[in-house]
Formats: sequence, structure tokens, C-alpha cells
Amino acid sequence: MEAFGLLVHGFAVLLTGKTLVLMMVGLVLGVFVGVLPGLGGPNGVAILLPLTFTMDPTSAIVMLSCIYWGALFGGAITSILFNIPGEAWSVATTFDGYPMAQQGRAAEALTAAFTSSFIGSLVAVLLITFLAPMISSFALKFGPPEFFAVYLLTFCSFVGLGREAKHKTVISMSLGLLLAGVGMDTVSGQLRMTFGSAELLRGINFLVAVIGLFGISEILLTMEERLALRGHAASISLRVVLSVWKDLPKYWVTLVRSSFIGCWLGITPGGAIAASFMGYNLAKRFAKDPESFGKGRIEGVFAPETAAHASGTSALLPMLALGIPGSGTAAILLGGLMVWGLNPGPLLFVEHKDFVWGLIASMYLGNVVGLALVLTTVPIFASILRVPFAAVAPMIVVSCAIGAYAIQNAMFDIWLMLGFGVVGYVFKKIGIPLAPFTLALVLGNRAEDAFRLSMIGSAGDLRVFWSNGLVGSITTLAIVLLFWPMIERLVGRIGQLRRPVKA
Amino acid sequence: MPQRSLFAMSQTDLEIVVEDPTAPEDDSPAIVSSGTIEIVVSLLLLALAATLGYDNWRTGISWDATGPEPGYFPFYLAIILGGASLYGLIAALIARRAAAATFVTRAQARRVMAVFVPTLLFCLVMQFLGLYVASFLLIAGFMRLIGKIALWKSLLTAFLFTAIMFVTFDIAFDVIMPKGPLEAAFGY
Repeated sequence: MEAFGLLVHGFAVLLTGKTLVLMMVGLVLGVFVGVLPGLGGPNGVAILLPLTFTMDPTSAIVMLSCIYWGALFGGAITSILFNIPGEAWSVATTFDGYPMAQQGRAAEALTAAFTSSFIGSLVAVLLITFLAPMISSFALKFGPPEFFAVYLLTFCSFVGLGREAKHKTVISMSLGLLLAGVGMDTVSGQLRMTFGSAELLRGINFLVAVIGLFGISEILLTMEERLALRGHAASISLRVVLSVWKDLPKYWVTLVRSSFIGCWLGITPGGAIAASFMGYNLAKRFAKDPESFGKGRIEGVFAPETAAHASGTSALLPMLALGIPGSGTAAILLGGLMVWGLNPGPLLFVEHKDFVWGLIASMYLGNVVGLALVLTTVPIFASILRVPFAAVAPMIVVSCAIGAYAIQNAMFDIWLMLGFGVVGYVFKKIGIPLAPFTLALVLGNRAEDAFRLSMIGSAGDLRVFWSNGLVGSITTLAIVLLFWPMIERLVGRIGQLRRPVKA
Repeated sequence: MPQRSLFAMSQTDLEIVVEDPTAPEDDSPAIVSSGTIEIVVSLLLLALAATLGYDNWRTGISWDATGPEPGYFPFYLAIILGGASLYGLIAALIARRAAAATFVTRAQARRVMAVFVPTLLFCLVMQFLGLYVASFLLIAGFMRLIGKIALWKSLLTAFLFTAIMFVTFDIAFDVIMPKGPLEAAFGY
């Protein structure tokens, strides 16, 4: 049990007064971000990233990941009390959570949501603790072709498995990869796609793009909607908490199933949104009385929340082990790693033990502290929604500007942020997904380097991507996933032909 | 006494109610359809792909002694982007007659502009007066003019928020923001 010893070491790194304070600050900010309209997990993390620039990497990642856990918890509050999903992954929580609140069982629903979030995260963190070191030590043997194959797999699975129109995912991804290449070429030192502009020489910063795409565009989108809201005030008493927890073992099948779905979808770039819906739908399908779902059934809260959190947490597994983020927020954390001078990838486990195990330990601790925090302070956070959006919106704009400027101290980045805000607004409205763009922008340079190094090694022979069993199977899997919808249809058709015709 | 009733409300289990007096009307006419925007975006992306593709071709897309030239990888990406945009353009042109979903209504556009224009002004003003003064103006102005919130509340909120940001970033965390004449007068 080497992992266990290292984890204990991680807790030792973590249990200093300063880190614990940062953790609380992160959680509170995160719940804020999750509750407020027009802010979400990814932009919350992106905007608050500059705060961490002067910290040491361990404190920084602890605070940022706590913002992330907080945002995950916060999404549930607005879904249940106001029928407004603060995040896309909490949409499924509103189906049964809001009816429960209408029946005066808001406290019960909130307890259920927080508890199941906690369980989902815990399962995913356990998975990370034991699986991530194994994957990363395996990946240490990877050469450039293997890495390129893994990047290819990530990109292809987005295209093949995503629910958006395929060409829109391809547009988003290739645009991200292209923009990642702007500026000085890392191999030859030549300038690319700068068109003589001195500002573009530095390249397009990933975090600036993210702040614009998620922060500014979200404000624009939020303003389009009617912002009036009516919700239930709720406070949670210890009695309710205990009664929900007492009933918990009854729902173990739902909890286990949702945790499993969440972990699976979190590791593959499918995301928390798909996981929460799948968790909910499966719970409904396997229930004895499916028609009672949607009318305030506690299982309808357990199922999506467990899955969403398990997936949100396990998205960090590929980021830690391979340097490939499983979600938009993980991509931003990855961008943070680079700012703090760490090189994401399998070497992280070898070279920065303190950092990695501190982060993993903070996942355990952050979730425990987070659960206690939200259970006790729900009324305060719910009342944040009384603050009019006209006050919140300009503050978010200012925070975005501070975040964008702080990264490189460049005024140009402020304009870039504004430009990306408009792009994000238009893209979201016509259904071009932003997650592939984010991922491509953060991985672009490393994917290109891996590709060029493999090509140099093989003297331009593409067969290098099938040169051994490992790289060959990853590349083949990537191509299969790319054409997955077509293959699925084909298999279905063959299956239909073979099935005997019913009389 | 409105103050007391508000206080009493937060004590009981009553609903939290927030009104939105300037919400966009539901029956507002559409300005532009999603199909049209898709066509415009596809054309813009196609132009971008062509520009970037040309620039990379100019940089060099073939092989030299050391391996692929710098333009090699992005050139093919530009081709992929161009291809996908072309597909999107054709798909949007074909679907245009069938469906014309609304991209934005007039009322929505008015509200979006109500945030976008102040944000644009904020970015402009920041260059001359520094971030903190611009923030104060943005928050106070937005709350007063668009949110119709009482002047003293707007000014107080703007001042407090800006002050907290200044202390947090410039003093506590050493993240230096652009500053203008006002900060200079105080010696920062």
C-alpha cells in the first residue's frame, strides 16, 4: 500500500494553518460561484486563478480545487430552492429536488444533495488515490508517439461521443488547436500566424480565452433571460440531517450505480452533465414505480448528484496521471499548473510528490469540510440570490478583467478577453461547444510537439503510430471513437438483419 | 415600514422573491434567426481558415532537414477547420428554409447591449484612469442606471467592492493592476 503511505504524507503537507484557511476561503468562494447566476465552476476557477500566482503550487491548487468542490455543492442549492440549475450538471437535480422544496421538504432535499455529492466525490477520490499512481507509472514508458496517440484519443472521443453536431465539435477543436499555435514556434523559434503584430508574439493565452469565453459570455447570456426568481428559504436542522442519513443505506444501489457512471464518464471526456442525466434516468428505469419520479422523490436527488460529483472529481484523474484534463474545469486547473511552473504529465507523480499527494489529500479533506460548511450555512448562501443581478454583473466583469490582466500584465489581453466573450456568446447560441476548444487550446502545443517529435523519429512515416502494440491500439481506438456514430449505426443494422423477423 | 417586513420575512420559511423590472418581453420580435448567424459565422471561420492556412503555407508546410517545418501542423488544422466550416455553411444553407429559430429578440438584444456597451466603455476607460477608477464607475453606473438601485447604495457598493479588490490584489497578493492619475496622487 504505497499509495496509503504517500496519502498520509499528503495530509501532513496539508494540515498547516495556512492551507486550512485557504481551503475554507476556497470553499466559500466556490459555493458563491456556484450559487450566483452568470458564474460557474470553470469561470470561477479561471477568474480566481490570479489570486494564486504568488502562492506556492500546493497552496494554490488546494485553494483552486476547493473552489471547484464549492461550486459543485453550490449548484445544488439553487436547483432545489429556486428550480434554477446554477450549473448544467444540476439540471437533473431540479426534477425531484424542486418538487420536494415545494412540498416543504427543502431541507431534506438539500441534505440528500450534499450527502450524495460527498459520496460521489469520495468514491472518485478513492479511485484517483489508487489508480492515478498506477496509470502515471505506466505512462512513464510513453514516448512521443504514445503521447500523441493519447491526445488523439482525447480529441476523437470528443467528436465521436459528444452530443453536439459533429462538424461543430470539429470547428471548436481545430480552432483551439490553431490558436494554440499562434506566436513563437517552440521548435524552430519562427513566428507563426502573428501577421506582424507584436502583441500576438506572446501567443493567445489560454486563461485569457477561458475568462472571456466563460465569464464575459455567460454574463451576456444571463442578461437575455428573465432574472426574476421565487424560491423557498430553508435551513437545515440536525434532526433532518440525521433522518436522511439513517435512510441512506436503503438507497445504496442507486448510490453505487451513480458513482460508477460518474467515475466512468468523468475519466472519458463525457463530463458531469451526461453523468447526472444518466444517473437519474437509470435510477428511474430500475425503480419499481418510475412514475413517482419527478414528483419529489429523494432518490431523484441522490442519483444525479452522486453521478455529477463523481464525474466532476474523476475528471481530475487523467489530468494528474497523464496531463490530459477530463473536463473544462480540469483544463483550467491544468493551465494553472503550467503557470506555477509545473509540467503536467506522468512525471508529476515522481518529481512533485508533495504537490500531487497534497492535492489528493485536499480532495478528501475539502469534501468533508465542504459538506459540513454547506449543511450549516445554506440560508446565508440562498440569500445571496436576493442581491440584484445589476449589482452582481459589473462585479463579475471587473473580476474577469482583473483575472485577464494579471496573467501577463498586458492591456491587449483585456481586449482579447472581450473578443472571446463575444465569440463565446455567439458560439453558445448556435450550439458550437466550448469544452473542446478549451481542451484543444491547452493541449495544442504539447500535442503538436508530440506529433513533430514522433515524425522526426520516424522520418515522416505515419506508420510510427502503429509501430508497437500499445501505440497501435490507442491510435486505432481513437479512430474507432472518431467514427463511432457511424459504426454504431452499422452494427445496429447488421444486428437487425440477423434478428429473425417477428411474425 | 418596509425594512421591518423584510426582516420578518427572512425569519420565517417564506419564499425569497426577486423581481426583474426590466426583463425582456416574451413576445418581442426576432431581429435575426439562428440560421443567418450560422451562415455568417461559417463564412467568418472559412475566411479565418483561409488566412491562417495561407500564412502557414508561407511559413513552410513541407519538410526540411530537421523535420516538419513550423507551418506543417497548423496548415492541416486550417484545412480541417475550413472543411468543417464549409460543411456547416452548406448545412445551414440547406436547413434555412426548414427552420428559422430565433437567435435573439429585440428585447433580448437591448439587454445584452446594456451589459456589453458598459463593459466596452470600462475597458476603454481602464487604459486612461486605471482599473480601480474604471471599476468604481462601472459598478456605480451600472447599478444606478440599469439596475435602478438607489444612488447611495450604488456608490457605497462600488466603493466597497473596488476597495476590497485593491487591498486583495495590489496589497495582499502583489498582483499589480493598471493604475491612473488618482492612484498616482496617493502615491501608488
